[in-house]
Amino acid sequence: MTIKLGVPSKGRLMEKTFSWFGARGVGLSRTGSDREYAGAVDGVDGVELVLLSAGEIPRELAAGRIHLGVTGIDLVREKLGQWEQQVQEKAELGFGHADLIIAVPGCWVDVDTLEDLDAAAAAFRRKHGFRLRIATKYHRLVREYLQANGVADYQLVDSQGATEGTIKNLTAEGVADITSTGDTLRANHLKILSDALVLKSQATLFKSRKAAMDDEERVTMKALLTTLGLDD
Amino acid sequence: MAGKAIIRARAAALTSQFEAVGAVPVETPVLLPAEALLELYGEDIRGRAYVTSDALRGEQMLRPDFTVPVVQMHMSDGAEPARYTYSGEVFRRQEEDPSRANEYIQVGYEVFDRENPAASDAEVFAVMQDALKSVELRAATGDIGILAAAVAGLETTTRRKRALARHIWRPRKFKALLDRYSGKAEVPQSRATLLAADDPMAHEFLDIGLRSQSEVAERIDGLRHDMAAEPISPLQVELIEALLTVRETLPNALEHIRDLAVDMPAITEATFRLRDRMHALEARGVDVESLEFEASYGRTSMEYYDGFVFGFYVPGRADLPPVATGGRYDALTRVLGQGREIPAVGGVIRPSLLVDLEDAA
Repeated sequence: MTIKLGVPSKGRLMEKTFSWFGARGVGLSRTGSDREYAGAVDGVDGVELVLLSAGEIPRELAAGRIHLGVTGIDLVREKLGQWEQQVQEKAELGFGHADLIIAVPGCWVDVDTLEDLDAAAAAFRRKHGFRLRIATKYHRLVREYLQANGVADYQLVDSQGATEGTIKNLTAEGVADITSTGDTLRANHLKILSDALVLKSQATLFKSRKAAMDDEERVTMKALLTTLGLDD
Repeated sequence: MAGKAIIRARAAALTSQFEAVGAVPVETPVLLPAEALLELYGEDIRGRAYVTSDALRGEQMLRPDFTVPVVQMHMSDGAEPARYTYSGEVFRRQEEDPSRANEYIQVGYEVFDRENPAASDAEVFAVMQDALKSVELRAATGDIGILAAAVAGLETTTRRKRALARHIWRPRKFKALLDRYSGKAEVPQSRATLLAADDPMAHEFLDIGLRSQSEVAERIDGLRHDMAAEPISPLQVELIEALLTVRETLPNALEHIRDLAVDMPAITEATFRLRDRMHALEARGVDVESLEFEASYGRTSMEYYDGFVFGFYVPGRADLPPVATGGRYDALTRVLGQGREIPAVGGVIRPSLLVDLEDAA
């Protein structure tokens, strides 16, 4: 049988993952037509490339359907409870850098810290009759972070895309989102809270703790990790 | 862990016991509209409850506890005074500890009675204790009302008192605020800079969102006001901290808190309530001489308890959840009652734990 390696199926993340493996002697490539999600692995025998959406890779690792997977640490922490029991971090790949931050309108000159956000949320709730809304797709991470930092009177509203636009559209008062340069935030008239870095993320190679391996697969896993210059 | 049929039978025995002392059995839905629960508990409830939805009714929660539906039922069509009992599954997400059950049966006893709060507190505690007498448990008690009264009585601005009262249930944040207001912690640099600016409202951003510039200006006024306000005196901070560390048997705790009340007259009323409750407990046959009282007890649990709080624990087993918990939640009836309110106190037992303990005995 084979060791299954899950890699994001499109875009820069896929290309950079291919280069990272290529630079270490493991050739990853797509096969078939442009639209077909099939791939090949050169340099190590017995490894199968599985192309997946980056967001599904944590779940597939936890279910043991893939042995290794490349995805963001943000997605692993958001989607997996007790993530350290389910996957093991093997290597940070040095790209896909993104910080999960909390941002509010720049015109809120009185809000710079989480303490300010909490106080503003209390006043907002008294005035508007509902809790201050923060748009995000990282519900678990953001909720745990705000809870640990004593912020109350807020609610999370789900936003799977174009999150920075929610404030102008009056569907949220703040956002919690991934940013790499902050350009999109500034373009949308937002500023980042100075003390609210929820998580620093980058593309990371994870090994499943749940995927079963027979003797042959163990040998393959060891060979692959050795080729990549990683400890088993 | 005992099988479900055994746990159900034990739960049924508990409800009959509660019926025998006057409680009316009630049923509530398992699926609850999410809105009321979210309004009440805030976002934290999503971390604890299972949320589901359909296209017609929107978000629903799998019953995380009985209190909210029982209060809603009572407020809409209950006669007063009322005593209720119920039994059924509650559902709690357990994302960090797989050994904790995410579905278990609760049996409860709730009293809605305006007449004599101290007697009602004592009644619920005594009924619970009696229902648990087959096993040896450690009882813990507290009173959120004393702490709330102490905060309300601080010699400082209304704004600060309101902020502290809001965070009674978040001890770390409460401490941070107290440090700030007493001058122990410095004002953050960004705030100092803002308040020192010629025009703090000046900015280069587009004005967007529902929170208006007048709300921003209002808060800046508040911050100025706060900067100008005298720090809370070291004596008052000391008193609050002394109150928070009170942990002894109920009669000793009462003496201790009475001593503190000499310098904190605002808690005098609350100490009377504590005394009345102690006498009521005694009248119910509870051994108050050995009953533990902890002023900070209940601060990290659900936010709705605002007076008497209690729990029954397995001695030496900090890993187990409490076998029973309860308390007074007058404020919750105010929130759910849309203008009406009724003093309410109640408690719940987890019969699965009780069965396990009885089997082990």
